[in-house]
Amino acid sequence: MRLRTLFKKAYMASIPVLGGYIVLGMGFGVVLQSNGYGLPWALAMSLFIYAGSLQFVGIGLLTGGVSILTAALTSLMVNARHLFYGISMIDKYKGAGAGKPYMIFALTDETYSIVCNPPVYMNKKEYLTYSLFVSLLNQFYWVSGCVLGSVLGNFIPFDTTGIDFALTALFITVFVQQWIDKKDHRPAIIGVVASVISLLIFGRDNFLIPAMLAITAALCLMGAKEGYHANE
Amino acid sequence: MLMNRSVLIVAVMAIVTIILRFIPFIIFSGNKKTPKLVAYLGDVLPSSVMAMLVVYCLKGISFTSTMAFLPYIAASAVVVLSYIWKRNTLLSIVLGTACFMIMV
Repeated sequence: MRLRTLFKKAYMASIPVLGGYIVLGMGFGVVLQSNGYGLPWALAMSLFIYAGSLQFVGIGLLTGGVSILTAALTSLMVNARHLFYGISMIDKYKGAGAGKPYMIFALTDETYSIVCNPPVYMNKKEYLTYSLFVSLLNQFYWVSGCVLGSVLGNFIPFDTTGIDFALTALFITVFVQQWIDKKDHRPAIIGVVASVISLLIFGRDNFLIPAMLAITAALCLMGAKEGYHANE
Repeated sequence: MLMNRSVLIVAVMAIVTIILRFIPFIIFSGNKKTPKLVAYLGDVLPSSVMAMLVVYCLKGISFTSTMAFLPYIAASAVVVLSYIWKRNTLLSIVLGTACFMIMV
């Protein structure tokens, strides 16, 4: 595939993220600004942290007078799920060359959901270029959204309540596509069951890490029993 | 003084996030073959993780009143059904989000 074709494919795949990131980013910029942290902060946080949920939590950390240790532990809890994305991209991102450090840095929930599920067959080289384009486009949307929100403040002309459901919808479509693609549905079922049970036990603020541990344990057991045969 | 502390907090959030994103790639780097278990996890994890992310997004649902959970359930159903029907990501997201925004 030519570079232009790959870029177009990346752009098409990233459109749902464009909508979600601009809106959520603007929401973040508005809230951040109303707490006394203006444009430079929105820019720095979206460029260097680049993690939606942590940035929102981070506004509370900035204004709440917490210790540096608390900030570090909170970041660890909120973003520990990124370990999972890394583990599942090790082989896929092998040989990515000069763009690889950036691609690893930019592996957000949304970027992950797009690159783990390419729209058409691509060879290794095409896939890596496509993934780099998706990564760059997505961060561009996010930074633009955060900056716009910070600059425009509360002058958003329409009611955007509920528009962040777009990202939930994106994850649901990827989930359904994976369900259709894979013969073995146990990993998906394990994911749902482990997450819901830990949500019920540990509550909405603390359930991610127990859920991750339970998922890892269940998948390891399953793999060990079956000799680690890939589930295509 | 306050601003210095803020710079430090932003830096800490950035560094922890970067470390989390890089750890798996650093541990299993180089041209060594990825261990069987890790390669296996790489293959099965995406399905589990997407399920976890969906639950994570829907964690705010409360079942205290019908109107508190109905928009989430209805919009999610619209996304799933329209996606099975047309296999068009964008269409499903627009329909589901519109449905959600009308109901909340």
